Amino acid sequence: MSDKTITFTIDEVEVKARPGQTIMEAADEAAIYIPRLCSLKGLSPFGACRVCTVLVNGRPQSSCTQPAAPGIVVENASERLHDIRQDIVEMLFVEGNHFCMFCEKSGNCELQAMGYRLGMMEPKYPRLWPRRELDASHPDIFIDRDRCILCARCIRASREQDGKHILGFLGRGPHKRVTPDSSDGLVQTDAAVADAAVAACPVGSLMRKRVGFGIPIGQRKYDHRPIGSDIESGAEVPDERK
Amino acid sequence: MPGEKANPKAPANVTAGKKPAKAAGVQKKAASAAAPKTQPLEMVQPAAAAAKPKPKIATVSMAGCFGCHMSLLDIDERILKLVELVEFNKSPIDDIKVFTSRCAIGLLEGGCCTDENVHNLQEFRKHCDILVSVGDCATMGGVPAMRNMITLKECLDEAYQNGPTVYNPKNLMPNDPEIPLILDRVYPCHEVVKIDYLLPGCPPSADTLYAAITALLFGEPLKLPYELIKYD
Repeated sequence: MSDKTITFTIDEVEVKARPGQTIMEAADEAAIYIPRLCSLKGLSPFGACRVCTVLVNGRPQSSCTQPAAPGIVVENASERLHDIRQDIVEMLFVEGNHFCMFCEKSGNCELQAMGYRLGMMEPKYPRLWPRRELDASHPDIFIDRDRCILCARCIRASREQDGKHILGFLGRGPHKRVTPDSSDGLVQTDAAVADAAVAACPVGSLMRKRVGFGIPIGQRKYDHRPIGSDIESGAEVPDERK
Repeated sequence: MPGEKANPKAPANVTAGKKPAKAAGVQKKAASAAAPKTQPLEMVQPAAAAAKPKPKIATVSMAGCFGCHMSLLDIDERILKLVELVEFNKSPIDDIKVFTSRCAIGLLEGGCCTDENVHNLQEFRKHCDILVSVGDCATMGGVPAMRNMITLKECLDEAYQNGPTVYNPKNLMPNDPEIPLILDRVYPCHEVVKIDYLLPGCPPSADTLYAAITALLFGEPLKLPYELIKYD
């Protein structure tokens, strides 16, 4: 195994990877945090959000899907990549209707935490205020598409972990949305409150009912420490769902 | 689109530490009156500060809930230090209704949902060196902007005709000329006039406001710690 170890650099720091690992996986093990939203430990890489974009030998690649290769030079924590990532996060904010002030996910939301980490005060782009439909048909969970960032984490978790295949994308471009596989809404599917798909949502889009605002302000996940702190401190890659 | 379109490319970023050109003037006014800019606030001599004219602050609540003003009052005993440093001009805090002199800093609460808000905001831009959008309503529209996904007609119909609790047998719509004209949607302040700094939060905490105001008064770059920037 050791002779197959891949060696490359991230921001001039030497990093080792096993064959088949992505750049992000190798970085995580080396306590280097690459910002990400659509990537979740245990799910197949998807490359939807592009927040984890790094420069591989000068070319932009999503580090959650790009395999580590011997000798590549990866740029991660530079100012230009920070600016690109902030632009992406700002676009995610203006594309949806994100009202942090009354969202029950606030404080535990990965999109919001990414805004904090990247220093966003307010998106520089004008907000689009799209009109999106809420699916509150299910007794225990709901889909609030205003808050959806189309990361496909719920879709992948439903297929790969729940084995249910009950969620998918419908439409294209600005009309693209997460939808259950029933025209009568979530209530007509096998969706259950304990599904991995529900826990996988990074924002307040696929949510459990009747548990909102349970954690007081000041004790929420990202109240005191930026997202990614645990990876940077060398802890095992966290499950962002917990 | 009401008013002059702000530069949408770059709403000023408080943490960026970049100072608008006019901040230097404020620094001169504040720092020369009070102390060298590195001197901590506790060291300010009240007598010295009183001797020279203090920089003026104006505040306004437009399409907001006064929560951000309440948060400003939440600075507790530090408000005594603040009144040594500054003088309030047009503001609900002292109930001065019109600008009586030029102001160093204008604190804006709330976005624009009526023509009166737009007029107010333009007055602030005219009379203040630095404008700060305080709170989510000013920076993005906030709760009032929930109507931005719905057309104005649908909104008014629901409020005055179709709503489940509406009793309106004559089918009247508010149209008194005294009532400010409602805009097609709620606009954040930086889409109406140029805004120098943005402070998100609902409301921004008292610590955030105090840190921001004192940094502006002393002309210091503002680097707020992680815990002081929140969107909720």
